[in-house]
Amino acid sequence: MIRVRMIYFAQAREAAGTKGEEFSLDKQSTVKTALSKAFEAHPKLRPLEKAIKVALNEEITQEDAPLQEGDRVALLPPVVGG
Amino acid sequence: MDEDAGGIVLFVGTIRNQTNGKKVKGLEYEVYRRMAERQIAKLEKEIRKRWPIKSIRLVHREGKLKVGEVSVVVAVSAAHRGEAFDAARYAIDRIKESFPIWKREKFGGGRYAWAKGTPIQSRSASAPTTSEPQTSPRGIVRRRTRSLVEA
Repeated sequence: MIRVRMIYFAQAREAAGTKGEEFSLDKQSTVKTALSKAFEAHPKLRPLEKAIKVALNEEITQEDAPLQEGDRVALLPPVVGG
Repeated sequence: MDEDAGGIVLFVGTIRNQTNGKKVKGLEYEVYRRMAERQIAKLEKEIRKRWPIKSIRLVHREGKLKVGEVSVVVAVSAAHRGEAFDAARYAIDRIKESFPIWKREKFGGGRYAWAKGTPIQSRSASAPTTSEPQTSPRGIVRRRTRSLVEA
């Protein structure tokens, strides 16, 4: 098993009801595995699924990216800086 | 100040009092600080590569701000105004589309709503992802410091 840190921002944070949490996942897990678990744990996140981009250790990533112990997976709703 | 600079372009973004015709009382920025600080360093590096500028500094606020307060600052100095304007324009556009920042607008009656955003852009064609110099955290300023530029 590996442990990864899930981080939720803005609307995702509100939908999940938490800023973040730790997931224990199988060794062969990908970003998609972590996302599925997040959507399962927090059904209110589901409506955001299409709009969300994911950062793996602070870099935008794809769903098939493999996960390692200690990785940070952040759910990023559409952004609006400035 | 660089003595070989011929000018400084300064963009200062401020909090507007309305959005889509609705009166805004203030707003609150949420920032993925760890990612935003890396992106600021990366963007400054990318801009230095693309334009022959002398210096650049990007700052974005975090937390609650009132109408009229400053939310973002882009400062670029260069030998000539052309590259300074171009680089500053590019910087503010990138900050708006590719930084992990969200804002919640406060309306009358204590109502809040998330401002409509766009999916974060990861266009970083030439930006290397490894072996970046580890600079000290910079660029994101919390409200409680009340200062725009970090020491």
